[in-house]
Amino acid sequence: MSQPWRDSEGGLVERGRELGFEFDGRALRGYAGDSVASALLANGVRTVGRSFKYHRRRGVVGAGVEEPNALIRLRRGARAEPNLRATQVELFDGLSCTSQNRWPSLEFDIGAVNNLASRLLPAGFYYKTFMWPGTWWRFYEHFIRKAAGLGEAPREPDPDTYAHRHAHCDVLVVGGGPTGLAAAQAAAGGGGRVILVDEQSRLGGGLMGLVAEIEGMPALDWVESVRRKLSESDNVRVLTRTTAFGYYDQNLVALNERCADHLAEPSPHQPRQRLWWVRAKQVVLATGAIERPLVFGGNDLPGVMLASAVREYAKRYAVRCGRRAVVFTNNDDAYRTALALQRQGVDVRAVVDARVEGPGPDALAAVEGVAIEVRRGQVVIEAKGAKSLEAVRIARYHPERGAVSDVHRLGCDLLCMSGGHSPAVHLFSQSQGQLAYDERLAAFVPGESRQAERSAGAARGTWSLSGCLAEGAEAGAAAAEAAGVGIGSAPVSSAPTPGNGEWRENPLLPLWTVPLPEGHRAKQFVDFQNDVTADDVALAAREGYDSVEHLKRYTTLGMGTDQGRTSNVNGLAILAAQVGQSIPEVGTTTFRPPYAPVAMGAIAGREVGVEFSPIRRTPMHDWHVQAGAPFITAGQWLRPQYYPRPGESIMDSINREALAVRRSVGVVDVSTLGKIAVQGRDAGEFLERVYINRWKNLKVGRLRYGFMLREDGFIFDDGTTTRVAEDEYYMTTTTGNAGPVMTHLEYYAQTVWPELHVHLSSISDQWAGVALAGPNARRVLAAACDGAEVGNEALPFMGYLETTISGAPVRILRMTFSGELAYEVHTPSGYGLRVWEALLEAGAPWDIMPYGTEALGVLRIEKGHVVAGELDGRTVPSDFGFDRLQRPDSDFIGKRSLERPGLRKENRHAFVGLRSVDGRRIPRGAQIVVNAARPRPVPMLGHVTATCYSPNLGQHIALALLDDADRYQGEILYAASPLEGENVPVEVTHPVFLDPAGERARG
Amino acid sequence: MLLLECPWCGERAQSEFTYGGDATLERPADPQSVSLREWLDYVYLRENPRGPHLEWWHHATGCRRWFKVKRDTWTHEVLGSAPPGAAVSEDSA
Repeated sequence: MSQPWRDSEGGLVERGRELGFEFDGRALRGYAGDSVASALLANGVRTVGRSFKYHRRRGVVGAGVEEPNALIRLRRGARAEPNLRATQVELFDGLSCTSQNRWPSLEFDIGAVNNLASRLLPAGFYYKTFMWPGTWWRFYEHFIRKAAGLGEAPREPDPDTYAHRHAHCDVLVVGGGPTGLAAAQAAAGGGGRVILVDEQSRLGGGLMGLVAEIEGMPALDWVESVRRKLSESDNVRVLTRTTAFGYYDQNLVALNERCADHLAEPSPHQPRQRLWWVRAKQVVLATGAIERPLVFGGNDLPGVMLASAVREYAKRYAVRCGRRAVVFTNNDDAYRTALALQRQGVDVRAVVDARVEGPGPDALAAVEGVAIEVRRGQVVIEAKGAKSLEAVRIARYHPERGAVSDVHRLGCDLLCMSGGHSPAVHLFSQSQGQLAYDERLAAFVPGESRQAERSAGAARGTWSLSGCLAEGAEAGAAAAEAAGVGIGSAPVSSAPTPGNGEWRENPLLPLWTVPLPEGHRAKQFVDFQNDVTADDVALAAREGYDSVEHLKRYTTLGMGTDQGRTSNVNGLAILAAQVGQSIPEVGTTTFRPPYAPVAMGAIAGREVGVEFSPIRRTPMHDWHVQAGAPFITAGQWLRPQYYPRPGESIMDSINREALAVRRSVGVVDVSTLGKIAVQGRDAGEFLERVYINRWKNLKVGRLRYGFMLREDGFIFDDGTTTRVAEDEYYMTTTTGNAGPVMTHLEYYAQTVWPELHVHLSSISDQWAGVALAGPNARRVLAAACDGAEVGNEALPFMGYLETTISGAPVRILRMTFSGELAYEVHTPSGYGLRVWEALLEAGAPWDIMPYGTEALGVLRIEKGHVVAGELDGRTVPSDFGFDRLQRPDSDFIGKRSLERPGLRKENRHAFVGLRSVDGRRIPRGAQIVVNAARPRPVPMLGHVTATCYSPNLGQHIALALLDDADRYQGEILYAASPLEGENVPVEVTHPVFLDPAGERARG
Repeated sequence: MLLLECPWCGERAQSEFTYGGDATLERPADPQSVSLREWLDYVYLRENPRGPHLEWWHHATGCRRWFKVKRDTWTHEVLGSAPPGAAVSEDSA
């Protein structure tokens, strides 16, 4: 028979829509409206997984987010997702899922040997066992890594998309149970923007497991009427299948909406999940409460479940969780489960109530009315069964002595346990609110708030339905009022008309561990997911881990994917008893986001693949692509690396390009340089303060090379700045530092020297740039320009000219990076390609060649010019001999710091060149030593900052920073790279290998 | 993610801003006139108060203006903001 454990009628499942699904390869049937857990239970599947450490059989315990055991891997292939709670996965046709943490199969699991050896696996086992000898760690690690972790992530890329959305509202209501619905209704009354979120597929929360009437109608009809009303209001947004998982500063709440998780796969263009960032003026937390398990022997056996969950399976899913049931409780609420089971036709053999006085009169009358036996002052000490529950051992309880007596046995296949409820204070606690311990409820409840939020209903320890409805309405109205969208009066008490047989209840009896008879041992689980027992907690306390934060890390209590939702309070209560403190003295561990696991894809959103970071392309990019150039990234920029010709190796191309520049002429795209317009009557004064050199005396139409320091004296950036007009300078920065330099200049202009009249504009993207270099550069420029005179008189070295090329306006800066006669031609971006092509065309008679970043690097190393490799935040101007540029007479950023002894020239390394003596390549990043063969540690004299093969010199060269540089000039040292196993003899030289007098650039 | 009030643009999410350090410090007008010790204290030494603190923030992806924020480093509460040169009044938050 299909679904033998399903009632023939009732529940909220759609019996007209039967769905097929697969669990561990077994074909099963369920109904639309089922969760995977309810469908498994309907089919009589009791073991759904193996536990993490001991590999014990585990069954479904809960019915929602609190589920610690029933973790499944959903779907196959690239869409596979591990560690999903079967209680929250909605059934769809064709669903396929597998159990976890077992091998080779759920029924026969090799790892279960851990259970037999459990005496050898106490709390802190790994810490104690794998400490020594240290060198063995490499063996241990392999096995520990294999045993650690839960579930298995798919190896293929995720085919789905995830969306992000930002939203603002007046009132955010978290939780769509009776409290949240009443709150949303009251909050929306004044027209304010309200968002109501609930993690389930339908609203109603706890009402789905209750028999109740609200406003004269069945509770779920009331839910539907409120839902309809809210959905039809323009000012209200209702989000179901949405978990509020993080509460951040200033009322920012993060939501995870599972748009398509209930479908086999998302529809085209539908995101699988959507992450919402909601900034709410006020928040109402109606997050409900989570039932606590009881801690007794074998309480992890399949068939032992939370009482509220059993009731939800009965009412919502019409599923019987057993045939013969025992209810074990310390409070009145579990009696509702006994009644629900009785109505289902389940044989309820007894309610075992730890309280001597038993339940209040109403609960007692209700169960006695249907002839259910109540055993007062008794407890279940142990659950017994081979594969699942077969019987319980019951005993008389003596709370004053912490002992039990008169043990007897009762056969059953279902045990419903209730240790009371803990308000779901996770979001409240994340909002920095202070928790308070309520002795009456034996639970932590929200105390003092830190943010604009209020808790209502079960989330603050109010269990009665009428109380929840009243508190919800009140909280909603108060939140709207505080957000300035209230209705100006108390809410019309639309909701609470009880008549729900609300019981006069007897107080709960705190029961954190059920004592075992003298000399009897059994595993009493506190944390099911991480296999932490009451003995583990006690052992940790004896070993001195008496702070709750230490306990957590030592035993892993509450560190599973369920974050201790069911185990937290039990665990710290047991610790409190061990160390002789009260529960509030022990306190709770810190609640951190996320409340429930969030897929990494949802957090990444659209920022994956090419959208991970913006890509910046120069205006000539497509030309470089056409020319077949490979690209290299420089920050967000793509730059052409070299332009290969058929039959060439990479080195051939680079050498050809570098030789062409020295012998005739070449062009390189330098559009990526940072460019900043510095304008205003104090622009020169401002530049003198931010650069180390002089600027006020620079004539209009001239440019200068400058260094900028940080306030601590180290070099920040370098570049040229041109005086384009009396009160306007055109600054260039290195490609990588364009943003930071702009921010730095703005900081000083706006906050330190606001009295200076200076205006800064970033114009990096507005201007393209081409460097034209080589002995024939002037001839090419003259041919390209629309008639302008570019001779040495009209445009001398470090001179500036504005003219046109092919009709495009250009700024020509005569400067050099390669060391050759060279010009930088800048033009508004839209003309970039036109000017690039015009220069190539004009240069054709001289065999002009485009060159990439590789040849650019070779040329600058040959000339000893510095870039980021040298300006690495640890160098000062004197390291490169640039202290001669320093203005002695007035202040600039970083000047005073240069007086520190450690930054004085005589105490510093200096910039040198290196030539390979034996023709070998000088390794990148090598350390410079006198003799690497010496006993270690070998004193290190400096390091290589850049290295290349110089086609113009026909040898391997490098640049380096070297201590005592003068002493080693002309000497042979070694460039050692233990990483590459290289040790190359090098001769120390001047860092300028070519044309040290600089005649080529000035010619 | 904090919500900061740019004095020019109004309240915006933290992702639009860049943190710029301690705003209680004043750069010596003439660094040569203070001792090297005092200068290096300005460059390196920072108070790390628990409670209200003045910080520089830069509206990097907005108006590109620097401004001061008074923020409680313990509770993350933002107490107010002001342009450079103005005092932060706590009512502005």
